[in-house]
Amino acid sequence: MILAQGLVIGAALYFFYKVLTTPPKEEPDSYSENDEEPR
Amino acid sequence: MSQSNETWGSRVGLILAMAGNAVGLGNFLRFPVQAVQNGGGAFIIPYLICFLLMGIPLLFIEWSSGRFGGRFGNHSTPYILDSMVKGRVLKYIGVFGIFTNIAVVSYYAYIESWTMSYVYHSVIGTFNGMSQSEVAGFFASYTDISQTTTGIPYEAIVFYIVCLAINTFILSKGLGGVEKVAKIGMPLLILFGIVLAVRGLTLGSSGASDAFPLANAIDGINFLWTPQLDSIWSPKVWLAAAGQIFFTLSVGMGTVHCYAAYVKEKDDIALNSLSAGFMNEFVEVVLGSAIVIPIAAGYLGLDWVLNNAGFGMAFQTMPFLFQQWGPTLALFAGVMWFGLLFFAGITSSLAMGTPWMGFMADEFGWSKNKGAWSFGLIALILGLPTVFFFKEGVFDDYDYWAGTVSLVAFAFFEVILFSWVFGINKGWDELTRGADIKIPVVFKFIMKYVTPLLLGWVFISSLPDIYNNITHKDTYNREAFATSYYAEKIGGTTDEATVKEVTENQVVLSFTNTKVSFVKAENKKIETPFEDQIVYEFEEGQIPSVMVGQKIHAGDEIAIGEFTNKVFYKNIGRLMLLSLFGFICILVYMAFNKRTKEGRATA
Repeated sequence: MILAQGLVIGAALYFFYKVLTTPPKEEPDSYSENDEEPR
Repeated sequence: MSQSNETWGSRVGLILAMAGNAVGLGNFLRFPVQAVQNGGGAFIIPYLICFLLMGIPLLFIEWSSGRFGGRFGNHSTPYILDSMVKGRVLKYIGVFGIFTNIAVVSYYAYIESWTMSYVYHSVIGTFNGMSQSEVAGFFASYTDISQTTTGIPYEAIVFYIVCLAINTFILSKGLGGVEKVAKIGMPLLILFGIVLAVRGLTLGSSGASDAFPLANAIDGINFLWTPQLDSIWSPKVWLAAAGQIFFTLSVGMGTVHCYAAYVKEKDDIALNSLSAGFMNEFVEVVLGSAIVIPIAAGYLGLDWVLNNAGFGMAFQTMPFLFQQWGPTLALFAGVMWFGLLFFAGITSSLAMGTPWMGFMADEFGWSKNKGAWSFGLIALILGLPTVFFFKEGVFDDYDYWAGTVSLVAFAFFEVILFSWVFGINKGWDELTRGADIKIPVVFKFIMKYVTPLLLGWVFISSLPDIYNNITHKDTYNREAFATSYYAEKIGGTTDEATVKEVTENQVVLSFTNTKVSFVKAENKKIETPFEDQIVYEFEEGQIPSVMVGQKIHAGDEIAIGEFTNKVFYKNIGRLMLLSLFGFICILVYMAFNKRTKEGRATA
């Protein structure tokens, strides 16, 4: 169980870190907060 | 919900909303109980294998299907499936993806309303000085709508309606409202969870009392962490693990499709789905296992947990345990625990509103307001029988049909459609388009062969149980109205009981039951017999027909008179569920006709 918990914590942190550090794609993308001008 | 200009505010918002959709009450209540009942630490092995072979592939399939359908302006499963696979019938399979959500939210919002009410009661100190049986009794009187615990008449109904109204109001603000709640609710949920988990992990033997001198939180943790490897070969354990993966990820519902339908073609879904999926696993495996079981074992002992672990512990036991920390800490613990459950619940129930709103907006041009309030109204109408007839088993029946059977059936169909009819190559292209992470190619094989087989096994294994439920074989009182009442399944090691006591309105049966205790030195559970009893209460016009000392088996008559059995109330519930399914089918058909007229129909 400890090993499983370690794996889960590691994977959750790794994937979330990757989400945060991946640069946004060119416009138009799916996210309104990345828009250059307010809609 | 599906106006074409609607988008997610940010990528983190999308992931938190998806994770919030998955994280629900089951993460904190169902997972630890399943682990306790299925091999302790050994449960995690089949659980993680099922996560890899069924959970992640289903997430990939649902995210991909959703984004694919969204490209054609479809935001709910009937026409998402229709855009993937042309055929007159397939869109009706997608009806499950709207039906399940409305049916589940109708009773899920009731549990959510309990958490709201329990936050309120924690704050005003209702549980101060209550014994364990009084806390359990409080729950029984709360769910008995004729009683009130606050002075508000029909309190349970009032909280239920307020809870549905909050959900509806947030939904009427569209994706922005859902995302805002996820951005506030998820971090708070994780924070509350960490605080309570730290308390659970550090409680040790400080909660031991005269009544439970051996109580030790470490025993609870050790039980969950130490594998009882003999249970790993049991198909029952694997089925329980597969079932838990299903419920925890909210797959087979249609909500993931709907959220993903608002993601643009070039944006990632591979990394997003993994991030949201693992966030749910963190909450379940790490936080979920460190709160209820250790805290209960810390005050009541491991043996009590092994014999009593169940969903009801959240409401019937936890408030009593928090009282042991003194009134001030009990207040904070109560607010954190029920607040955590509330956030877990509301982020899921909001997700359940989006497929209906998406469908009505896509097909009939309904506004967010109209979509949200109509959703709330249908859920209320459908949910009231679960509130009024909670004790008659309608709540559990809804959970079985909508929250279990419907999910498995839809997931089984969708995986076959995606991997075999739409085609795994097209599916793989969709999944990897715009991906910010490289997915191992082995998942292509898993999605095509392993996941359908595993799901097929789960589905087929459930068939006997489904048949028994349809035919009411789970009870001996199978008629709605009857003139005799029969003893139900006795339980324990024997199917025989002895009449211990008979009064005008009560029959008490005694029988040999088994108590589970854990032998630390041998790392195994042992069962010891003890004398238990079943009490049947009767009303006016119902007369016990047995005598003291008489031997009773399941199915034997124990009373005569006029009886309205639970089957009657369950049938009303089932009729309502069937009507809802039929109603959505009609709407899909009307949408098809409208599309044909407008030249948009695909088949």
